[in-house]
Amino acid sequence: MKKNVIEVKNLEKYYEVSGGFFSRNKDIVKAVDDISFDIPFGESLGLVGQSGCGKTTTARALCLLDPKTGGDVKFYNNETENMQNIDNLEDEELKKFRRNIQMIFQDPYESLNPRWTIKDIILEPLNIHNIGDLQDREEAVVEILKTVGLTPASNYLPRYPHELSGGQRQRVSIARTLIMKPKFVVCDEPTSMLDVSIRISIMDLMLNLAKDLEVSYLYITHDLAVARYMCNRIAVMFNGKIVEIAETEELLNNPIHPYTKRLISSIPVPDPSYDRKVYNVNYDELDAIIAKHGTDNPMVDIGNEHYISTHDVKGLI
Amino acid sequence: MSKEVLSVKNLNMHYETLSGDVHAVKDVSFSVKEGESFGLVGESGCGKTSVAMSLLQLQADNAKISSGSIQLDGVELVGMNESELRKVRWDGISIVFQGAMNAWNPVVKVGEQIREAIREHYPEKSKAENTEKIESLFQMVGLDATVIDRFPHELSGGMKQRAIIALALSCDPKVVIADEPTTALDVVIQDQILNEIKKVQQLLGLSLIYISHDIAVIAEMTDQMAVMYAGSIVEIGPTEKVFSTPKHAYTRLLLESTPSVVGEKKKLRSLDGEPPSLINEIIGCSFSPRCPDPSSDCKNPIKEMGLVEIEPGHFADNCCVDCG
Amino acid sequence: MNENIEQDLQKQLRKEAIRRNWNLFRQSKLGMIGLYIVIFFLFLALLQPLLFVTGIWNKGVYDPVVGYEAIKDTFLVVECPKEYPTEKYESMKDCPGDGEINVKRLYLAPGVEVGDYYEAFIQPAPPSSRHLLGTDSLGRDVFSQIMEGSQVAFVLGFLSATLGVGISTILGTIAAFFGGRVDAYLMRQSDLILMLPSLPLLFIISAFAELKVWHLAIVLGVLGGLGGSVITIKSQALQVKVKPFVDSARITGGSRWRIMFSHVLPNVAPLALLFMVFSVTGAIASESVLSFLGLLNIDMSWGIMIYLSQTDGFIFSGLEFWWLILPAGLAVTLLAGGFYLVGRGLDDVFNPRLRKR
Repeated sequence: MKKNVIEVKNLEKYYEVSGGFFSRNKDIVKAVDDISFDIPFGESLGLVGQSGCGKTTTARALCLLDPKTGGDVKFYNNETENMQNIDNLEDEELKKFRRNIQMIFQDPYESLNPRWTIKDIILEPLNIHNIGDLQDREEAVVEILKTVGLTPASNYLPRYPHELSGGQRQRVSIARTLIMKPKFVVCDEPTSMLDVSIRISIMDLMLNLAKDLEVSYLYITHDLAVARYMCNRIAVMFNGKIVEIAETEELLNNPIHPYTKRLISSIPVPDPSYDRKVYNVNYDELDAIIAKHGTDNPMVDIGNEHYISTHDVKGLI
Repeated sequence: MSKEVLSVKNLNMHYETLSGDVHAVKDVSFSVKEGESFGLVGESGCGKTSVAMSLLQLQADNAKISSGSIQLDGVELVGMNESELRKVRWDGISIVFQGAMNAWNPVVKVGEQIREAIREHYPEKSKAENTEKIESLFQMVGLDATVIDRFPHELSGGMKQRAIIALALSCDPKVVIADEPTTALDVVIQDQILNEIKKVQQLLGLSLIYISHDIAVIAEMTDQMAVMYAGSIVEIGPTEKVFSTPKHAYTRLLLESTPSVVGEKKKLRSLDGEPPSLINEIIGCSFSPRCPDPSSDCKNPIKEMGLVEIEPGHFADNCCVDCG
Repeated sequence: MNENIEQDLQKQLRKEAIRRNWNLFRQSKLGMIGLYIVIFFLFLALLQPLLFVTGIWNKGVYDPVVGYEAIKDTFLVVECPKEYPTEKYESMKDCPGDGEINVKRLYLAPGVEVGDYYEAFIQPAPPSSRHLLGTDSLGRDVFSQIMEGSQVAFVLGFLSATLGVGISTILGTIAAFFGGRVDAYLMRQSDLILMLPSLPLLFIISAFAELKVWHLAIVLGVLGGLGGSVITIKSQALQVKVKPFVDSARITGGSRWRIMFSHVLPNVAPLALLFMVFSVTGAIASESVLSFLGLLNIDMSWGIMIYLSQTDGFIFSGLEFWWLILPAGLAVTLLAGGFYLVGRGLDDVFNPRLRKR
């Protein structure tokens, strides 16, 4: 049995939107509508979907930035060696919990405080959690800078974010995120705002660090090709729900859900001689699965750790 | 044998700033034939948007074309004054900007904004004629005629983008420049928009200049392409040839650093560092500091740079031709 | 070893940053003009104590409050006729003329007759080589008073500005961060202050309390700090609050107070600095109005100078006693305006969108 670092069950995030100036009715927007997944230690899950599908909302709920409206999220607790529910964690416990979960943001220009030096930015987590003494902390900062490829450290420590390039800033974000050696990191499209030619170097860095520090990623992106490069498993999100989840190559070679098929076939291919055929949406395959398993089960196992949502999506795709 | 519709020769453009002159476009030459689709690919700061802006001379106040020629159907555009240029813009060449979705005036209906553009160039046409024209344009890009009376905020991102394309076509231009027109859109909508663009191009016999950092889109959309780095073109030729036999190290790197969802999972390569500053004069090969396999001759400062023909129609920068 | 390299680099980077900001500021012509004005008055403020300490100026003569110099001048004693016009004088205003004195005014001086030459003290005395801007009706040097007023203006300005900006920055950030009832209360408080007309309010306060420079600075600072600037700083803090780096600090486990003070405040500071400079303008102007109305308990300031010239009846004398009114009035206008212009220049530095290039 694989040990899981995080277990998400029936996560929900609903928003109330008033129906207009004179209306007393409140509409409910289901940004995240009953999603479930597990991530084992040492593995990464890609959460792929288009804008508005709920992937960023999921990320923020898992990091306890915005409270969820329903569902259970359990994290592995090293001390008790058991899964622990993150609800009702109070001050000290909450702070300890926060050592193990981190987030890397998309915008390299806005994710570092422009008034802080690189040194202070990377020191902050150590200061907040009172790790070691001042010298230990400074050594740790120099060490992590070397790991992310920003050497010599003395050239970067006194600088301010605006003096660094986009790629360098993301490396600083990664350094700051990983200096506490968290077990779980949510990555919100960290390379989509970087130049294409340097994306791979950042992604390779993240992959190496995942291996060395035993970190699991929840990698959020709209780019399926990037998810392929970074993750063992991919979950496809649409309209607040996970419509399909499977191992990466299995998903790409054998997509079942009409949304996934449409998504994959819409991606441009960097090969002029490739004849890309866009999938014509056809609900037959999905109907067959629903008929076989019934809609009582929201997610059904079609074998090979490959799950499909039986939620009715007719007319939405 | 289709004729040349746009011909750019030795274009040089720079921005005057407090820190010095930024040479954004260095000795760029290319041509686009009638009905042809030409792609310009490169990363941030390579100069591709500056080239686009130069074609329409819509750059910022501190931008100056220092030398070179831009000929549209044989008519020289460099040196024209503002009133002459205004006749050419939209009528000869039009553009779909990056972030064009936000180019709409939020308080004016969409149809009215397009009508304004048409009125600029064809003041003698009646309102009925214009409306008819807009309706046919909308049909071409897959928009319902009711959109004419809508405000921009009532439309989705994809609809706004299609309307932008209609706007760009409203004065029957010969050349349309598309500068990253689908960057902010979802993949599925992007695919639809790209198909619309292809369809429209064939229907109207337009020439298209497609600018993007996404090499996959360039592969699917263009017949001819050029790769830009640090303000100059480092490789240019038929799209198929550039993809099958890329000669320049930068081109090769771009191709090898793009992950794909089809085919085998490959090992990808990457670059480090940043593009060189465009303020100081670059001596020798501009890519050599970052080139993953430089030869001993690469750092030679007195090496003569320039495009060399590798095979018919396919040119690459001098430096990499020798590397092999 | 590494630390030294790091510190050197840090110093070098700071120097470069300062030079860059200075160049940006220099670009703004308005800002530079303002800066020159402010430096000029600062020079005046510092010059006075310097002159006293080095003994160039004798305190007995030049002290702005208790100095005194008797300026004498010789006059020809004449008798002013009852009817005009005469051979010598066109109308009543022309007698006595320049250099003449009416015998009737010398009723206390014995033995003086028409045709004699009489030595009298003239106060206020017009500008001369000993007194660059003349003296006032009590024989005090006006130039020295201008310099004293400059000191008062700077002290008052900086004290009240610092206090006001300190209060509004902290309150604005707290309002942005805590929201809910705290925010609602602070906003209503600001509304209340904005609603009240400031000058009449100051009148009322000065009626209850004896206001010296320090007291006035505190009053102005508190009133300014609780007013409209809280709202602007709050909106700026709200913008910073939603930035990813604040989310990052939250995820890392930072407490709310830590985030407020270490992350949000430094990013709100440039705006606060701008407010500070602008509020100095208001402080200087307020002081001069309050002093003019005699509501303050200050020994000497530009406002007091104008106040005195009014109570002594010289304010409507036209240009005859110009040195009693013009220098003080110009000083207030110039320095208040100067600070405003510096604020405009700083705006260009902090707000990149306003820059031309």
